[in-house]
Amino acid sequence: MGELVKVIAQALVDSPEEVQVKEIEGEHSVIIELKVAPDDMGKVIGKQGRIAKAIRTVVKAAATKEQKRVVVEII
Amino acid sequence: MIVIEKYGKTEQEAIESALKELGATRDEVEIEILEESSRGLFGLIGGKQARVKVTKKYNYGEEAKNFITKIFDKMNVQVDIEVEEDDDNVRIDLRGENMGLLIGHRGETLDSLQYLTSLVVNKGKENYKRILLDTENYRQKREKALERLAKRLAQKVKRTGRRVVLEPMNPYERRILHSTLQDHPHVVTYSEGEEPYRKVVITLK
Repeated sequence: MGELVKVIAQALVDSPEEVQVKEIEGEHSVIIELKVAPDDMGKVIGKQGRIAKAIRTVVKAAATKEQKRVVVEII
Repeated sequence: MIVIEKYGKTEQEAIESALKELGATRDEVEIEILEESSRGLFGLIGGKQARVKVTKKYNYGEEAKNFITKIFDKMNVQVDIEVEEDDDNVRIDLRGENMGLLIGHRGETLDSLQYLTSLVVNKGKENYKRILLDTENYRQKREKALERLAKRLAQKVKRTGRRVVLEPMNPYERRILHSTLQDHPHVVTYSEGEEPYRKVVITLK
């Protein structure tokens, strides 16, 4: 799931090499921490969080297959 | 965008070798002749090679397909992707099993994928191309469903005299509702609220 977030984030930002993704696995849920270069924050969040919301929606769809709750945090 | 410069005995030869290196066909590139070849005197003295500059044009459809393929790969879903491209639009049709997963609730997953693809493909480009993502004719079915909903609710407003506020929708879906009831004799429509929670309201004329 972290790989999916990484692929999307890297395609959106100007500095793909600075994209970092960390997965914190729990019993029923996974937290995915996404970190990008400070200048790229807007590229993964968007106006009113529209891009972040789209990323979360796609990840959520991928997660239903694995029956786990996924939380994507942009830090 | 990839640019290469090549020499050749003739312009033709230089272009051919550039195309080969780029792995592109003629209509995928822009060609600029930097120096023309000349045969020189009696083909012996002072002959000059041709020099050309060949630029591979940015291909929106190809970029879109690459991005979506990567996503589906990581999502572990098998999808056939068909791309059609014209001057303003890139239409992408998805085919496979379990497309419901990619459509999502009221198409929200499909819309999200479409939005992200549009951002990636149009990033830093002068020309904007609209990305239209569809599967199993979902867009058309949804359009028909919204038209039916609009007509039904218009009847209800006419009967009760009370206004109806719909759930939040994206601009594309709101437009379908507005245009369906545009010429309705008894009701008018407008939108209220801020994106992404903007809603269509149907009320008596």
